[in-house]
Amino acid sequence: MKLKFVNQPIPKLDGAALTGGKGVYTEDMVPRDCLVVQVLRSPHAFARIKSIRKDAASRVPGISCILTWEDVPQIRYTLAGQSYPEPSPYDRYILERVVRYVGDPVAIVAGRDKDCVAKAMGMIQVKYDLLNPVLDFEQALDHPSVIHPEEDYFHHYDIGGNPSRNLVASGSDAHGDVESALEACDVVVEGTYYTKANAQAMMETFRTYTYLDHNRRLNVVSSTQVPFHCRRTIAHALGLPKGMVRVVKPRIGGGFGAKQTLVSELFPALVTLRTGKPAKIVYTRKESFQASNSRHQMRVHVKVGAMQDGTIKAVDMHALSNAGAYGEHASTTIGLVGHKSIPLYARQADFRFSWDVVYTNTMAAGAFRGYGATQGCFAMESAINELAVKLNMDPAQLRLKNLPQVGETMPAYYNEPLTSCALPQCIRRGMELIGWQEKYPCVKVDDHRVRGIGMAVTMQGSGISAVDTGAVTIKLNDDGYYTLMIGATDMGTGCDTILAQMAAEILDCPMERITVDGVDTDHSPFDTGSYASSTTYVTGTAVVKACTQLKEQIAAEGARRLNIHPERAEFDGDKVYDRTHPETSITLCKLAQSLVAGVGPQWLTATASHCSPTSPPPFMAGFAEVEVDLETGETKVVDYVGVVDCGTVVNKNLARVQAEGGIAQGIGMALLEDINYDPKGQMVNSTFMQYKIPCRTDLPEIRVDFEESYEPNGPFGAKSIGEVVINTPSPAIAHAVYNATGVRVHSLPITAEKILMGRED
Amino acid sequence: MKVKITVNGMLYNKHIPNDMMLLEFLRKYGYVSVKRGCDTSNCGLCTVWVEGKPVLSCSYPAARADGKQITTLEGVKEEAASFGRYMTAQGAEQCGYCSPGFIMAVLAMRRELTDPTEEEISQYLAGNLCRCSGYAGQTRALRAWLKDKPWEKEGQA
Repeated sequence: MKLKFVNQPIPKLDGAALTGGKGVYTEDMVPRDCLVVQVLRSPHAFARIKSIRKDAASRVPGISCILTWEDVPQIRYTLAGQSYPEPSPYDRYILERVVRYVGDPVAIVAGRDKDCVAKAMGMIQVKYDLLNPVLDFEQALDHPSVIHPEEDYFHHYDIGGNPSRNLVASGSDAHGDVESALEACDVVVEGTYYTKANAQAMMETFRTYTYLDHNRRLNVVSSTQVPFHCRRTIAHALGLPKGMVRVVKPRIGGGFGAKQTLVSELFPALVTLRTGKPAKIVYTRKESFQASNSRHQMRVHVKVGAMQDGTIKAVDMHALSNAGAYGEHASTTIGLVGHKSIPLYARQADFRFSWDVVYTNTMAAGAFRGYGATQGCFAMESAINELAVKLNMDPAQLRLKNLPQVGETMPAYYNEPLTSCALPQCIRRGMELIGWQEKYPCVKVDDHRVRGIGMAVTMQGSGISAVDTGAVTIKLNDDGYYTLMIGATDMGTGCDTILAQMAAEILDCPMERITVDGVDTDHSPFDTGSYASSTTYVTGTAVVKACTQLKEQIAAEGARRLNIHPERAEFDGDKVYDRTHPETSITLCKLAQSLVAGVGPQWLTATASHCSPTSPPPFMAGFAEVEVDLETGETKVVDYVGVVDCGTVVNKNLARVQAEGGIAQGIGMALLEDINYDPKGQMVNSTFMQYKIPCRTDLPEIRVDFEESYEPNGPFGAKSIGEVVINTPSPAIAHAVYNATGVRVHSLPITAEKILMGRED
Repeated sequence: MKVKITVNGMLYNKHIPNDMMLLEFLRKYGYVSVKRGCDTSNCGLCTVWVEGKPVLSCSYPAARADGKQITTLEGVKEEAASFGRYMTAQGAEQCGYCSPGFIMAVLAMRRELTDPTEEEISQYLAGNLCRCSGYAGQTRALRAWLKDKPWEKEGQA
């Protein structure tokens, strides 16, 4: 089938509005008389509130309400935007008498403007009993300080946690006998790798405004990736019936997973409920850094064994993850560490993957693009690169020898079958583009500068198997145009556009005839939200199903109007006609008009849901070329090549930019980004001045290419693109640094200091 | 205090708090293209022009703009849309939150530098952060735009 819209570089539907600076984001829509809400936060990492005096603060002119732990519902909940029943423990109150990290909310202050709120915030007197904080995640398990001793701590099902030991979750997964397999190997490498907490640092910080509508329902307009999870959690945490909450998602200024956790929603919601007035909260950048969520900091220990010919026979991995003060996404991110890294090498291997996730008195971690797979990729791929050295094999060849083959079942990937994979082609193409033959392992530039190259491969998933669900409704309106209603959340990635491309392809009409509507929980079809690389694959399939149904309905209704047998009716996008007498036809426009009103109306809509039993992995091979100054350790990435297999590329431009952006974030993680705390638990880098994300001059011109496989279970053969692209930079850059200097950096970020100190050893 | 600030040709004769920043002033009067991305003058999202020169409006006191001409994206709508089309042709806008500030910096650069080298462009725009795109798409858009020079054709028309 020749595709007209899918696989084309179609500009984003909202591109003109976004580049034109239109008021389409949450803060642009706030009503004028909105209360300003701010949160007074704990200056201590672990403390019990002895007393709060707010009487003087309440008298500040303009102050509408000040809420403390005594004023909020005592209902445990999780902020994680996950399908119900959430795997994350219910370990939060909106405000609690115990504060568990610097930034934990202590009081919610609402007033007519920011000045009166700021004044009142300064006048609230809080006395704390300080507790001994747990700041080092390697010391957290069985630490004398227990972070969550509360009696009403709740989880829906066992995730191997034990809060009295500061353990959020633990578990293991094994296939075969890894100990014996390791013993039988010719060569074994072993290493411990550290990845840091990183900030998602989307350009639009967290923000929400709320109001009561004419039915006294709570309306929440928020910059979120998960409107339906938001609705459910807000209703639960506030003790409201779900029917009393409506969530609307306007345009979003980036999320990268940060907005898969509720962050700002509950504060104005509570104020609106208490005051009856509209309320808004807009997080400062500092607040976004200090009091939201980040990537999970991890320590990953890997042991890989192989035979002399390079056949990998054993993988043993243990991961320790830092959940921070609350357990959002704790048990799920840790799973991906092994489940998205080991399958690439488990074809002929026995393996074991075990994990522990611990609480500490630092900011809670959450979802960040890659979601554990990124951390696992750094450890696993670094180990594979070390194995190649020990085997005296080319690292690319070592991978090509071990990769899973299409048609096989992957025991380390939930026993799912591999239905599409172009990773070998990605590796070969990447080698060509980076100049592997000429440059591997390194080239001397002058007496103190060396260029090294390195590589890594990775996989992600396409949605969460048997969990992520997308529903879509497509309507035929009068005049023959369509409304595509989705619950998936475009957060800048362009899913509104690529889903419309799929609809246009099936309905055989120009893109202009499709209006995309989303997301408003009152009228959008249910969707679990945009995360876990699910939208293209899961919601995309729902689009294909719904549009195919509508197309059949149009043909059937056309046949009725034409008085012909339905089997003779053909719909070509513009008209329904009789296949045997093409001159007998009715235009879509006319048909649509007759369907909406008049005698025998039959307004046509089709709704379809989709949930996939499997999560076909997209793949990527990443290649880095770095230049290291041997005198200073300064390292610059001078070239980065990423070759991606995301199945059929639905939109070449948008997929390319996603890949380039993911690689850029990955380079930031590899070289620059590192959330740090002082000895008292205060985050020290909570501005763009101290937490540096890559700017234009920090990056090479990232080069991306595609090797398209065809995924039989995906819409038009597509898999996902969103997350797989962030994983390779850390291990590939570490490898390139090793090839340039002989120094193996096992802890991120890879700094000049670590390289120089490594050279001295 | 009392100020007279001209925004995109329209004079605002207003009483403002002494500590008001230009960003807050502009958003208050409906110039919503101006975004705040940080609190420390590091991100470039709030870039506008004062007397034709790019400034970060988050850290530019509105009081300093007294008697001055301010230009926001809304004031160079057509030129911005023209460059915006080069951005969207690449898909480089992504979430779009940094786009207005970035475009204001690009249009200022075009006025300030003649035939800039890639290095000069990169340096000029280094203060405009983007977390979505990795900048490569922006660079492709810039190259195509600088090559086509649509402003010359638009100027002739």
